[in-house]
Amino acid sequence: MAHDHNLAIFRGKLKFKSNVSKIWGVFTLLSIITIIEVFLGITKPTFLTEHHLFALKYLNWIFLTLTIVKAYYITWDFMHMRDEKMGLRRIVVWTFVFFIIYILFILLTEGDYIYNVYNSGYIKFDF
Amino acid sequence: MDATVAKSSTDKKTWDGNNRPLNASYGKMMMWFFIVSDALTFSGFLAAYGFSRFKFIDSWPIADQVFTHIPFIHGNFPMYYVAFMTFILIFSSVTMVLAVDAGHHMKKNKVIVYLFLTIIGGLIFVGSQAWEWGTFIKGSYGAVETNGGQILQFVKEDGSRVALGDFAVPMHSERVRQESNDGIWYESEGYKNSVTLEEVTKGFLADESLLIRTQILDESGKPTVLSRAESVAKLKANGKAIVEGANLKHNEYGTPLFADFFFFITGFHGFHVFSGVLFNIIIFINVIIGTYERRKSYEMVEKVGLYWHFVDLVWVFVFTVFYLV
Repeated sequence: MAHDHNLAIFRGKLKFKSNVSKIWGVFTLLSIITIIEVFLGITKPTFLTEHHLFALKYLNWIFLTLTIVKAYYITWDFMHMRDEKMGLRRIVVWTFVFFIIYILFILLTEGDYIYNVYNSGYIKFDF
Repeated sequence: MDATVAKSSTDKKTWDGNNRPLNASYGKMMMWFFIVSDALTFSGFLAAYGFSRFKFIDSWPIADQVFTHIPFIHGNFPMYYVAFMTFILIFSSVTMVLAVDAGHHMKKNKVIVYLFLTIIGGLIFVGSQAWEWGTFIKGSYGAVETNGGQILQFVKEDGSRVALGDFAVPMHSERVRQESNDGIWYESEGYKNSVTLEEVTKGFLADESLLIRTQILDESGKPTVLSRAESVAKLKANGKAIVEGANLKHNEYGTPLFADFFFFITGFHGFHVFSGVLFNIIIFINVIIGTYERRKSYEMVEKVGLYWHFVDLVWVFVFTVFYLV
């Protein structure tokens, strides 16, 4: 059993005294991120929604980034990935990095293509 | 006992048994196997959602116009209730990890308290999700579906929504609900709308201040509101049926695919939460009767905890994809 936990987060910049205080620290961090997300989701600031980067609004890039940050802390601190061997971490994480980038690229490109067919092709959809 | 409890090897020879790959015990390793495969399933679902959304990128429903309700309170509150659900699930993750930590220190009573809180959090979450489903199925304002399957919603000139029942002119009609005992026995109507298309059309023509909002989004990402003349023409030419609420075939908020994915993905996730609560209850009972105390290891709490955190992790993504993006 791994009694010895790695108690430092933010690449060692923030070190907690005990595992319990680390858990509460991470909970605070996750709460702050969620509040930011909900705030942005309700207000939807115009300067973030009017420009696009790779077919996604800036706002959506922020949401996705914050989600991955949350996922990182849930996996690393709640699921104790921080205390596992490097090999296990890499097996789990890289599987997803490769797979998800691949499937998102394939499916979103295809979806956009079908949208263009509906939008500019002979099939009339809006009636 | 040896099958479930991790033992550190006494001798360091690799092939003599008792050696744990990646220094993770068998049970934890298998839980990680399961989590990775299940997470791939969820990734597939969410990617499919992204596919359908890109397919209808200019007409997809906007989540904060769909999920605007809070239990017991009337009014327009986009997102707040889902945010609350997210907090509940994150908090139950926290109590779970505290239970795991207490288990490491062999503090039975603390494990009991934290596990109990985790179960309560899980139940609140599942209950909230059931409520969210109920609200979504019941619908709020109602809409008219066109021949092409598009949705026409009704707004006042200031853009606020109007419910169908508020302007429809009641008309006497002879329409009788088809029961399974008359005519062909296997044909019966699923549900009956509170108004008919004729009543809605008549009421719409009578009230000059009403406009139609289509599901096509303009450049700023808001649904297009037609002018009065366009609205009348659209309703007369294309209106086909009344839609109230959402099911797998019709959805008053927009494309039925949105409802399909909503039911499928949040339903699959809700099922995971439900199973998680069951697992938690099982180990909760085991902790109380002292199974892990006798085993001298609370690793089972840690393994179920891994699953519980995974359910939370999935919700973080479902929350972003369904409610925020």
